[in-house]
Amino acid sequence: MSAVDAPERSDPSGRGAAFSGTTGGEELTIVEPLIFARSRDERRGVRFPTASDRALNHADGQPELPASALRAAAPRLPEVTELDLLRHFNRLAHLNHAIDLGFYPLGSCTMKYNPKVNEWAARLPGLADSHPLDPEPMSQGSLELMWLLGELLKEVSGFPAISLQPAAGAHGELTGMLMTRAYHRANGEGETRTKVLVPDSAHGTNPATASMVGYQTVTIRSNERGGIDLDALRGALGPDVAALMITNPSTLGIFEDQIDQVIAAVQDAGAIAYMDGANLNAILGRFQPGAAGFDIMHFNLHKTFSTPHGGGGPGAGPVGVSERLAPFLPSPIPVLAEGDADEVRANAWAGRSTPGARFALDDDRPGSIGKVRSCHGNFGMFVRAYTYIRSNGGSGLRTISDDAVLAANYLRVRLRGTYDLPYDRISKHEVVFSGRRQKREHGVTTLDIAKAILDHGIHPPTIYFPLIVEEALMVEPTETESLETLDQFVDVMEEIARTAATDSAAIKRAPITTPVGRLDEAAAARRPDLRHQFADAPAATAPGSPPTPEAPTA
Amino acid sequence: MVYSPHTEADRARMLAAVGVATVDALFDDIPSAVRAGDWAVPPPLVEQDVRAELARLAGRNRIPDVSFLGAGVYRHLVPSVVGEVIGRPEFATSYTPYQPEVSQGTLQSIYEFQSLICELTGMEVATASHYDGATATAEAALMACRLTRRSRVAVSAGVNPDYRRVLETYCSGPGIEVLTVPLDLAETGSGTTDAARVEALVTDDVACLIVAQPNFYGQIEPMRDLAEAAHAVGAQFVAVVEPTSLAILEAPGAYGADIVAAEGQPLGIPASFGGPYVGLMAARMATVRQMPGRLVGAARDGSGRKGYVLTLQAREQHIRREKAASNICTNQALMALAATTYLTAVGPAGLHEVADLSSVQARHTAGALEAAGLAERRFGGSYFAEVTLRLPDAARRHAALVEQGIVAGYLPERDEPALNDTLLVAATELTSDEDIERLVAALESTR
Amino acid sequence: MAYPDDLRYSKEHEWVRAEDGRATIGITSFAADELGDIVFVELPEVGTALTQFGSFGVVESVKAVSDLYAPVSGEVVEVNEAVRDAPELLNSDPFGEGWIARVVLSEATELDALMDADGYAAETA
Repeated sequence: MSAVDAPERSDPSGRGAAFSGTTGGEELTIVEPLIFARSRDERRGVRFPTASDRALNHADGQPELPASALRAAAPRLPEVTELDLLRHFNRLAHLNHAIDLGFYPLGSCTMKYNPKVNEWAARLPGLADSHPLDPEPMSQGSLELMWLLGELLKEVSGFPAISLQPAAGAHGELTGMLMTRAYHRANGEGETRTKVLVPDSAHGTNPATASMVGYQTVTIRSNERGGIDLDALRGALGPDVAALMITNPSTLGIFEDQIDQVIAAVQDAGAIAYMDGANLNAILGRFQPGAAGFDIMHFNLHKTFSTPHGGGGPGAGPVGVSERLAPFLPSPIPVLAEGDADEVRANAWAGRSTPGARFALDDDRPGSIGKVRSCHGNFGMFVRAYTYIRSNGGSGLRTISDDAVLAANYLRVRLRGTYDLPYDRISKHEVVFSGRRQKREHGVTTLDIAKAILDHGIHPPTIYFPLIVEEALMVEPTETESLETLDQFVDVMEEIARTAATDSAAIKRAPITTPVGRLDEAAAARRPDLRHQFADAPAATAPGSPPTPEAPTA
Repeated sequence: MVYSPHTEADRARMLAAVGVATVDALFDDIPSAVRAGDWAVPPPLVEQDVRAELARLAGRNRIPDVSFLGAGVYRHLVPSVVGEVIGRPEFATSYTPYQPEVSQGTLQSIYEFQSLICELTGMEVATASHYDGATATAEAALMACRLTRRSRVAVSAGVNPDYRRVLETYCSGPGIEVLTVPLDLAETGSGTTDAARVEALVTDDVACLIVAQPNFYGQIEPMRDLAEAAHAVGAQFVAVVEPTSLAILEAPGAYGADIVAAEGQPLGIPASFGGPYVGLMAARMATVRQMPGRLVGAARDGSGRKGYVLTLQAREQHIRREKAASNICTNQALMALAATTYLTAVGPAGLHEVADLSSVQARHTAGALEAAGLAERRFGGSYFAEVTLRLPDAARRHAALVEQGIVAGYLPERDEPALNDTLLVAATELTSDEDIERLVAALESTR
Repeated sequence: MAYPDDLRYSKEHEWVRAEDGRATIGITSFAADELGDIVFVELPEVGTALTQFGSFGVVESVKAVSDLYAPVSGEVVEVNEAVRDAPELLNSDPFGEGWIARVVLSEATELDALMDADGYAAETA
């Protein structure tokens, strides 16, 4: 059996440069073929022992698998050697930009350096091989780490209670909204409080999350200074409002300077104040949401706390909550079952274990909303975040925000002459420009500008978000980029603005130095091709089996 | 240890350009009433001290010498190449591929992942992954509700209890009712979903029937019959499957599954105390617009080069906002890459060896314990690589073995009181004959 | 911008061509341009009862999604199957081949609540 569909000419340069293949009668240039194209009958990668290698012979008397449950034909996984596999994925890797290669100023994502000691820690066998259901006496290290991380995140944010269970920021939002619903139900207001308020600058996950929990979203406009309009908020608050979900600093990179009044207004109306913690990198050591009165906040460990983005996950989205919401946290929660918390913490900060201390998982929590994912959460990311916080320490965390905010303001003042700045005031860790001048005067859009940035080996900023800024360009440098990198970015942006004025066609052709140019996303969505189709007919003939694949498109 | 590169000279230059005297001025807009006070975060540590601290914590775990614990998380071999591939900084330190021109590595590897999951499951389309098997199952239930416009879901008690808790939590949001279809738990009964109760509970107001194969107790379920029962009332059939078993067991697409959910952890991902893992989801192409999560599709650029893009994004939160099928933003891209690398590294022959040896060693374990008069199978019927055994005084003896560094398995009485004095035992290709002999000897010593 | 003057237009950028008690419905070129390349149209089912200004379907582009709002009330008697396979017709010929549905008008006076071509042109200027 083979999964080869069409002959491919090999690429002797070995650098993933473009080369041609012929498929289905069309001439197509392929940068790196699919793994299926490297497959050859009977090639093997990793091998395992076979049943006959085993000496024990007790299987007699045990039931065979029933024939009706057996697979008709083996799955057509690729048959490749380890070397071919590695070449394939290494060549694919060459096609990616990454933080470890160059500047990545994606607003709202906090693309800071991901320290490698975090990776060393996550791979320690004592942590990596720990089974989540191993008996608690065997898991004291894992439980202590989770407890200590929780203590540190509470200290940083000012919340008295926390759950590490959510697997991502959006997952933390879901957790927070489910807790909000549980809280209102416990107060007899579950059926009457049906609305969630979000500012018009909110992340898309906020209204999507509210809907998943059965809430109706009401959008509150921002004022001319970029903060939430307090009068509009007050007008929208009432006995039918369950919560306000607000990002602070906002997605405009601006701190809500009336945040104390916002929280008070929300809570006076009997609603829950939820803070989207995506922008925590701006305020470490300066603002503690829990101490300021927020009821709930989700953390993004993959943003503020440096766990790698992985091309789109995994992340982790712990939620910190106030006392009144603590009963509703997901279960179980790691607790210090025996021992004095102050002593355990003090010892841990000094690098010592505490004799007699015992950690456990508390699953006896009747008010809990339940579970939002299996097991205890993305433990591997807890290891990385804990390592990061211990490396930086309290003073280091403060330096993170100081430098992130300073760097963003530096870019703000250096670029505000070149690109429109809708809100020209002190920003926090990110700043939002508008490409509207370039669009109006030269027909060059923010999308074009982003594609032109790619040709300079830099990842573009976030584009077209937040929605309230026309042709938005959201720049977040983070604290880990050098001044030379920031200055180079300014030079690139200025050059693109100049070229937009003198040779806009060049901008519209961009990118030209990347492995592929602009892709036809409309055609991709109209006629979706979401999987490799094999040339040979499928072996499965059982009723309900999927239809014969179409002509191969490798 | 801090990672900011800025010297005082750098900061002075930036402050001068911004036009403020100190960085504190950049935080003046924080109302004084809510400015942060001092905090009790310990001081920084240099690398060698940070390493010592993490080693201290790792050292406080005891990894068992011998383990027969599965219950949803399985200790399979993680081939060396997997760590090499996912350790590549281009994969690890890149972001979601919203700018496809510089993300073809990630995008093409996700397309390959989607292809492999389709092939394993016999389904037409697979997403770029979800947080874990539990959330994939919950999302599948919500998808079935959207497709059928019904608001009740039926789930077999044979589905992992953790998944069922997550399902209930997810359903509580939009007020979807969850019905549990019990198993036949009679002594030497089938240990599978009770057909009579399916008949009674799965009525034409139910959006889906969710069944695991193999089920949590290791038993092989009659999936074709259960699919028919669901379809007879116009409900979707959701199959929750164990991915390595699909080398040997029938693909869900062949027995009539409408949606498939699974946990991908057995495919090259270490146990890591519960995460990160990767949720798999697959379905029929006709329902793709109701599928939550990211999808990668093939595309062409202006010069005719083939590439890959995130597609059908209009379903997702950043566009659809409150009308999105789900709020999911991140998937688990690096873990999906681990699974892709694993499936490619082992190939069809290797996956078959893993599945075969796992089920053979499970039979050797059960057989050895039966031969020693220590335990018997609790259920009739067949099992895959995990089996529920009747073990008198199971809890006490399990604890006694823990003291010896042996985890004999999982105690099902945690979730099903009727299964007290039973032990759920899992084997993988890493289960050696010596492990089995040690288990037998240890249990013997606890009679 | 001149819009076809034999049509009536709603604020939500739908158009209506009414003849003999039936109405053909579509989206305007303005809407199609705003959405960008249209990739999918969720058509209503034949037999569905539409209510004026109620939502009855979805139009999806690469970067945006928009509900369709019925410009008039009536029962759907025909839908344009061509746009299922070729949604790009809404971009290339929004007032012609890109029509979406045909209904039997239940209340012809509803047309008075809609704008004429000049009114719509002013609205979208």
